[in-house]
Amino acid sequence: MTSETIQPPKRSPRRRSFAPRYPGWLTAPSLIYYMIFFLGPLAILVVFSVATQAGFGSVSYTFSTSQFKALNDPLYIKVFRQTMLMAAGGTALTIAIGYPVAYWMSRYLTRYKTLALLLVIVPFWTSFLIRTYALKIILDPQGYLAHFVEWTGISSQFNVLYTGKAVAIGLAYNYLPLLILPVYASLERMDWKLVEAATDLGASPFKAFRQITLPLTLPGLITGALLVFIPMCGEYVIPQLLGGGQFAFVGTVIGSNFLGAQNWPFGSAMAIAFMVLLSIFVVIYIAFATREEQFGA
Amino acid sequence: MPSAGTPRRSRHRFGKRMFTGWAVLVYLVLYLPIVVVVIFAFNQPTSVPQGASPCSVDPSRMGNVTVWNGGTTCWFHTALNDPTYVPAVKTSFWIAFRASLIATVLGTAAALSLARMKKRWRVPFDVLVYLTLVVPEIVIAVASLIFFVQAHNNLSIFPTLGESTILLGQIVFSASLVMLIVRARFVGMGSSLEEASFDLGGGPIATFRQVTLPRLLPAVIAGALLSFTFSFDDYVLPAFTNGTVNTWPIVVYSAVRFGVTPAVNALATVMLVVTVTLILITGLVLRRSGASDLTGAPPPTIP
Repeated sequence: MTSETIQPPKRSPRRRSFAPRYPGWLTAPSLIYYMIFFLGPLAILVVFSVATQAGFGSVSYTFSTSQFKALNDPLYIKVFRQTMLMAAGGTALTIAIGYPVAYWMSRYLTRYKTLALLLVIVPFWTSFLIRTYALKIILDPQGYLAHFVEWTGISSQFNVLYTGKAVAIGLAYNYLPLLILPVYASLERMDWKLVEAATDLGASPFKAFRQITLPLTLPGLITGALLVFIPMCGEYVIPQLLGGGQFAFVGTVIGSNFLGAQNWPFGSAMAIAFMVLLSIFVVIYIAFATREEQFGA
Repeated sequence: MPSAGTPRRSRHRFGKRMFTGWAVLVYLVLYLPIVVVVIFAFNQPTSVPQGASPCSVDPSRMGNVTVWNGGTTCWFHTALNDPTYVPAVKTSFWIAFRASLIATVLGTAAALSLARMKKRWRVPFDVLVYLTLVVPEIVIAVASLIFFVQAHNNLSIFPTLGESTILLGQIVFSASLVMLIVRARFVGMGSSLEEASFDLGGGPIATFRQVTLPRLLPAVIAGALLSFTFSFDDYVLPAFTNGTVNTWPIVVYSAVRFGVTPAVNALATVMLVVTVTLILITGLVLRRSGASDLTGAPPPTIP
């Protein structure tokens, strides 16, 4: 093989176009900052997770896996499972609500696309706690929605607040824009002529959607789904406020080990285990994000 | 386009109507909570003693304020004179202001350098940045709590839990946020104008000041505003690293958990007006920078 001959022809013309580079040391301040205030806390979290509790609020630095063993308890496994299931349910609800909206924006809007997108994001920029509190007013068993539901006879007793349903509603409400944006982006990249061709060739709109639109927007959909699923798993406020504190998420249990029970090593171990579990989903996300990039090019 | 048959066209119209109906419904639901907050800022307690102001009723005797009991505007006065509310808003504002300022400087500097860095150096940094965005906030919050307590116990230069620890913790996420936004814009800009400036004899500093920065500014401002709103609205991290300091989200959270009065709604309404103004400014800035540059970037993960 004459591998030497297959080389870029002339190198001198490339030299002339030189992209101005900013010096590497500009990254130094943020790198140092991340080292101290991000990696530092995570490192000390790992140290605490293998430490043991020595009396109330004090810790002896050891290397013990006892905290992790204590996690292997039906009680905590149930919390992990419940969190994953709630986040999965919340994600499914968000997709069911958000996908048609993104589809509508991309397919039927022309002039007002940006405005429609902006209107999805605007409520997202008002206080998250206040919005969640408003959901509490709306879902109140003595509130107007409850009266309305009982009046229509859909349900004789409207008891949604402080149940899993309220938590799912709160999750879907607060994460909706994070799903709509990537799905919309992938719908925008799609060539609608393909759908037109399919219907011209006799496919029903539903079949055209299933065989063309859905597969082509699947990377965006999966990106969006994981983008909402991962933070939903780590949600702390929504289960506390809408679940009434009785609806435990991994995040709320970790938090209570620091604020209430003062068992820092156990809370740390739980946080580490949680991060390991989530990193599986993050890896899937990165795989799809890179695929999406290639696909979009 | 070939003439579509009447049944198909009507089916298309039907589909359009269905989707539009659904979208309108979703928009209504999205804005309903905000409308509810504003309306209930004018609500009265269930029963007001004869001759007393509706806002002088003790919170424990307020009754059910989630149904409409009649209107009053006195909550705005109560909220603005509350001994905890306004100071908490001020604290949150100053923390968010400083956090976004520092995060913007850190993030912009890194974004400039990263965008054209060799892959070998860039990728590890990218991983670190994405990690700061992906790690659940509750994990960072408890980790920061341990870190700041231990750091202060061992090194006296580290502050005790309070305003500074909230600030130091929030900058991590905010800097990553700014970095993503500024970088998306910077990469989208291309380097031809900078090259031209260099060719015409502009030095690196002149080029940055006269060519790069003016074009980058909308993204920098957008990043700063986004990180400001994140910090201002953030509950989880401050809840663990606040020590005894009250921020506005902490005040709202305890009010929501332990009995809320319409005064919270009133102050929220005041702030809504301020926020909407801020959003309008951001919108104008984004429009100038070309919003499409931003929607192409991965959306920031805001909890």
